[in-house]
Amino acid sequence: MREIKKTIAIFLILAAIFSLTACGGGGSKQGTSSTIMVFNWVDYIDESVLEDFEEEYGIKVNYDYFTTNEEMYVKLKAGGTSYDVIFPSDYMIARLVKEDLLQKIDISKITNFEHIGDTFKSLNYDPDNEYSVAYMWGTTGIVYNTTMVDEPVDSWNMLWNPKYEKNIFMLDSQRDSIAVALMKLGYSLNTRDEAELQEAKQELIKQRPLVLSYGGDEIKDKMIGGEAAMTMAWSGDAAYMRWKNEDLAYAIPKEGTNLWFDAMVIPKTSRNKEAAEKFINFMTDPDNALRNAEYIGYSTPNLAALEMLDEEIRNDKAAYPDMDSLKSEVCEDLSDIIGVYNRIWDEIKASQ
Amino acid sequence: MKKKWLASPYIVWMIIFIVVPVFLVLFYSVAEQTEDGWRLTADHFRRFVDPIYINVLIRSVVLALVSTVICLLLGYPMAAILASKEYSRKKIMYLLIVMPMWMNFLLRTYAWMTLLERNGVINSILSLLNLPAIDILYTNKAVVLGMVYNFLPFMILPIYSVLSKIDDSVIEAAQDLGGNNVTVFRRVVLPLSLPGVISGITMVFMPAVTTFVISRLLGGGQFMLIGNLIEQQFLSSGDWGFGSALSVIMMLLILASMGAMSRYEQENGGGALW
Amino acid sequence: MRFLKKSYVFLIFAFLYAPILVLIVFSFNESKSRANWDGFTLKWYMELFQDRQIMSALYYTLLIAVLSSIIATLIGVIASIGIFSMKKLPQSLVLNLNYLPILNPDIVTGISLMVLFIFMKMPLGFVTMLLAHITFNIPYVILSILPKLKQMNKHLYEAALDLGATPVEAFWKVILPEIMSGVITGFLLAFTLSLDDFVISFFTTGSGVNNLSIVIYGMARRGISPKINALSTLMFVSVLLLLIIVNFRMSKDNSERRTKIERNKENNRYLFNPGRDI
Repeated sequence: MREIKKTIAIFLILAAIFSLTACGGGGSKQGTSSTIMVFNWVDYIDESVLEDFEEEYGIKVNYDYFTTNEEMYVKLKAGGTSYDVIFPSDYMIARLVKEDLLQKIDISKITNFEHIGDTFKSLNYDPDNEYSVAYMWGTTGIVYNTTMVDEPVDSWNMLWNPKYEKNIFMLDSQRDSIAVALMKLGYSLNTRDEAELQEAKQELIKQRPLVLSYGGDEIKDKMIGGEAAMTMAWSGDAAYMRWKNEDLAYAIPKEGTNLWFDAMVIPKTSRNKEAAEKFINFMTDPDNALRNAEYIGYSTPNLAALEMLDEEIRNDKAAYPDMDSLKSEVCEDLSDIIGVYNRIWDEIKASQ
Repeated sequence: MKKKWLASPYIVWMIIFIVVPVFLVLFYSVAEQTEDGWRLTADHFRRFVDPIYINVLIRSVVLALVSTVICLLLGYPMAAILASKEYSRKKIMYLLIVMPMWMNFLLRTYAWMTLLERNGVINSILSLLNLPAIDILYTNKAVVLGMVYNFLPFMILPIYSVLSKIDDSVIEAAQDLGGNNVTVFRRVVLPLSLPGVISGITMVFMPAVTTFVISRLLGGGQFMLIGNLIEQQFLSSGDWGFGSALSVIMMLLILASMGAMSRYEQENGGGALW
Repeated sequence: MRFLKKSYVFLIFAFLYAPILVLIVFSFNESKSRANWDGFTLKWYMELFQDRQIMSALYYTLLIAVLSSIIATLIGVIASIGIFSMKKLPQSLVLNLNYLPILNPDIVTGISLMVLFIFMKMPLGFVTMLLAHITFNIPYVILSILPKLKQMNKHLYEAALDLGATPVEAFWKVILPEIMSGVITGFLLAFTLSLDDFVISFFTTGSGVNNLSIVIYGMARRGISPKINALSTLMFVSVLLLLIIVNFRMSKDNSERRTKIERNKENNRYLFNPGRDI
């Protein structure tokens, strides 16, 4: 009996010591006056920039991740969270505004706003620049391994080429993948025509036997490791992949691409608007924007940062394409037919 | 010792955290929100009755059954050998079987992710030996492999537990009465081990049919099992109605399997894990 | 035949342990490659300890495991005694309800609790995760204690009262020692389940509170990182140490008990055979 008590005591003491060291090793700062909760995409920020922010303002940053806009929306809508800054994409921002889930940002507090290029202001999802500050932008295209693919990759049809059976990755993201099918068929990726959407669904279901996996961020690693011949990808991820494996190339298909923008917003659930605005301003500082862009490989809307970028990257047509000759569409909010979209996506994912 | 009022705090707890949640799920599964409020609907369940989703259910059950059978085929001989007289260090054997169970379930699944890659460890070794490469990551074989790997100890342990408790004299008596090894096994050992087998089957089939981690990580989103479908509804599509209906269906599936199992258990006195 | 058996056992153990060992070996690999060995390094371990997310998850995992198992054990002991005293019909109703979290697939338990918390407008975070853990721990505690209560001689309590003990004293000095092994088992079971839980925690947490399993899931979905390998090595070594220590103590107890029994046998021989020369 006493033996057992002793064992438990030792056990609990060990556990207590462990948790204390873990807590201390976690680097929690003493005496911080406030904290903010940031909700962002995976691998979408340079962590050292966060640390600099914490040091400069004494505000601790708690960080949470999401992998798709839909996942972010569900979490936000479910309630019970108190995120201060979120980084959604264009169509999602439009939806959040429509559903009155965002607070207006006091642009006068964002002194670095002037550095954002005009092409990235007053966009269709936030025409009066009241709710968002652009963070990164890009296109959607195909990343392929030049040692495994010897024909020109210029059309979305390549992802349906039976020659590459089980050598194709697709993104586990509703809008993105359905958009690819729509673009392949020549339709608008903002179509509300149910017949067109059903056709896109059939295309994706037809494609399933050729697809190795529907994935997320792990695809980057896999492509770098040569696990597959090609994947649909965002331009920023493409830049990262090409950086790590020189056999990889990025192509924007002739049917067109999805031009997308990610921006920082402040949800209504935020309890610390002031700190949130400071954070947004910090991210828009040219030096920080530069560091983020360099670290994650995405294209920055920050003109001042752009000037400081490595010339090689600035001239890289994959990362910074020629906007005039680009055939592209920006996603619009389709939440009024979200039921149709959800159903279609469920059926695509459930089929084999 | 008539202190049944002592249970009341816990009963309150159970009502809040066990009963109410289940009722909420039941409610969401048959209700739909319209502009004027809630109304009852069978739409969510009706949506399930679609070949695509029935296939998901069938797929889950089939994969789980296959994994269970493989676990049984691999685990029974293992348990039998370990329980036999040759292995006297029972304590160590027990620990060796138990230890993988103590390792984090996700880490064990993750281990296979790295092993099964096209350019992973297994293929590297195979190519060194001039053997053909295997390409099973993101196939249903990988999912079954993941299930078997994770749940095999759960099959071995109860069977081993029951077998090692069989009194030697029972075996000796059967042998004295003229039974050869096969007969002794078939008519004495096997029936006695049945409670352990039932335990093992339950402890493998149930988590196998409801998992979503293994199919997500090793199946690469290619094999939507019913667990994945439920997860997608709650965390991506936001369709709580459909998700709840699916959860209810899953609960019924499990209760049915348990009902079938418990019939055997009652007849044989129940097999425990420890 | 003997050889066949030994090799089969060896193969199965190899199957069970090989993946873990591969993980451990590659945790020291210089490069991120999963196939080529590029040199020995401890850098992944260093990075592991500097990763705020992992360290914070480790902290929460341990904290929740300790808190929830202690609370669950406390509630469980009291509830077990209460349930034990109930009449047949209400008792079986309560027991069936109690076993629901055990029977239910964890995804359903996790989702139903998430639905509850959101319905009650509770913010998802540390508190909700703790409540969820306590909820699924208590049934296991009760499951471990009830058999002990049944085995216990039911007159012990009355006897203690007759001998002048107050009900509380009777509980502490008579009942508790009898059921102690059940309490310990229940506590350890709850602790283990809590440490390793993924699905229920996944659905009931938020606000950046994660446990180790959730962080590993996130990292695994993002791709392979040798940091996870380093983590696996450390966890494997801790589990190994723990099991060795527990095993060591248990066999020490056993051998002590055995010598006691031997001594008792000797004494009994004296007592029961007074005239005999031994």
